[in-house]
Amino acid sequence: MAGKTEDKKKRKAGSGSTAGPKKKPSAKKAAAKKRTASRKKDFTPNIVVFACNWCSYAGADNAGVNRIQYSPNFRVIRTMCSGRVTPAFVLKAFKLGADGVMVSGCHFGDCHYIFGNYKAVEQFEKTKALVKTLGLDEKRVALEWVSAAEGTRWGEVIDNFVAQVTSLGPSPLNHSKKKRT
Amino acid sequence: MDATVEKLKKNKAFSCLECGKCTAVCPISRFNESYSPRRMVAEGLFYGADGLVDDRLLWSCLTCQLCSQRCPVDVRYSEYMRDVRAEAVSLGKMGNPSHGGALHYIMEIATSPKLKQERTEWIESGLRVKKKGEVLYFVGCIPFYQDFFAKDFEFTPVSIARDTVRILNHIGVEPVVLENERCCGHDLYWLGRLTEFDDLGRLNIKAIEQSGAKTVVTACPECALTLKRLYSERLGTASFEVKHISEVVADHIERISFDELERKITFQDPCRLGRYLGVYDEPRNVITAIPGVTFKEMAHSGRGAICCGTTNWMNCDATSKKIQSSRLKEAKAAGAGTLVTACPKCQIHFRCAQYGEEAEDIDIELMDFVNLVASALRK
Ligand code: SF4
Ligand code: SF4
Ligand code: FES
Repeated sequence: MAGKTEDKKKRKAGSGSTAGPKKKPSAKKAAAKKRTASRKKDFTPNIVVFACNWCSYAGADNAGVNRIQYSPNFRVIRTMCSGRVTPAFVLKAFKLGADGVMVSGCHFGDCHYIFGNYKAVEQFEKTKALVKTLGLDEKRVALEWVSAAEGTRWGEVIDNFVAQVTSLGPSPLNHSKKKRT
Repeated sequence: MDATVEKLKKNKAFSCLECGKCTAVCPISRFNESYSPRRMVAEGLFYGADGLVDDRLLWSCLTCQLCSQRCPVDVRYSEYMRDVRAEAVSLGKMGNPSHGGALHYIMEIATSPKLKQERTEWIESGLRVKKKGEVLYFVGCIPFYQDFFAKDFEFTPVSIARDTVRILNHIGVEPVVLENERCCGHDLYWLGRLTEFDDLGRLNIKAIEQSGAKTVVTACPECALTLKRLYSERLGTASFEVKHISEVVADHIERISFDELERKITFQDPCRLGRYLGVYDEPRNVITAIPGVTFKEMAHSGRGAICCGTTNWMNCDATSKKIQSSRLKEAKAAGAGTLVTACPKCQIHFRCAQYGEEAEDIDIELMDFVNLVASALRK
């Protein structure tokens, strides 16, 4: 499933950088740079976004269809519902070198499974606490609600998160070249 | 195949008499008929580890040592499991981790040298700890359990850490608490993930030695076993001695005065504290020294105590729940109102079995040994 989603994502991210004129993304980058003037300039964060199938993933699709220009340095992993995303998902992403992880689902009342996003809030609270105890900044995780129609909002949410993680610099677990036993 | 022969030899599996005593006492076999330690040994002898590495049940053994206690020829079954698992791990295989593997990711992340944890938030005012000194309190995974389990199971894992320091302070010890202590690696060891285990061991030994500690105290039997025995087995002898808090309290029992506490108490011997480290009497001596306490022994206790049903956060299933429920029933049947355990994980597992259950026969108060002791200390 991950492979498929990645393909889809590439297409989407691709639509951001190839379909639009080259100028725009670089303008975005310049803006991001301004915000983080004091930080290392070559750092582009690796960001993992878990998006629910029914709202946020469709919202990301909507962003692509509408050719919204936004930061391309994130990977979407589609889950059936944001309530499926337990702390383990997020911790694994960090372990594999993610600099930031976002969980995105439907607005309250919109969840396809009715209360899944309430469960997501519970899970996310645990995730945030664990991330903090591990000494990774709490700002490296985010929980957002994006509906299927909110392509523009998807772009904004991603841009803001990318800027936030960029300003934190690389995760201490990034590039650690972990050996697996 | 040669590697398998080595594993079998090392753990004395060739001596197996096929008597089946192991299967007869094994708590997993009791509730899951398809699991049999005798068969696992026999299969290894006949076919080598090749079939075992794909067996899901390979990950079910609790490494509780109950079978080794009974084996007439001393087959080292838990160690045999560890070695076959190491083989499976080298082939990229794993059992079914509980909680989506969250706890295992925490262990893996803990191996990262650059990590700077924020794990000392539980230290509240009134507790005296320092940065360097003779005695070190090794906290273990309690801060993570607080984040992960406190809300669901309505208990406060960090109270175990707080009360441990409270007790140490009471007997005049101001312990060192490491700011960046790593997971001890106990679970990774028994899961056969020895490279990661060694990484954690090296980081912890270095940090402990730098603190100047000569004695390490823990309130977790798994940390105690790991620091005391597993590190020296794999990484060479350490320069510090290791004690479980129950041993420390027992040593000072003459100097501690307790207030009266009306309670009927029974004690769950954690596998690592009992069968591995041989600490049976100390917790009992302390509990019975508290005035007002009536101590009840469960049908299975001491060397024959039954494990809390899950280890290594692995292969938790209906069998685990049945072991837990039967243990809780046993505690009630002994006439106790409180089941005291000296291992935070035991408590988590028992609380999980009680979670959402209305059943009267498993409804018993659970408490950690240090919480009990701290609540009875004369103010
Ligand atoms: S108890 Fe020991 S000798 Fe008997 S079957 Fe089990 S491993 Fe073999
Ligand atoms: S160590 Fe415990 S769980 Fe494993 S086979 Fe022996 S008795 Fe059963
Ligand atoms: S389906 Fe979108 S949050 Fe549940």
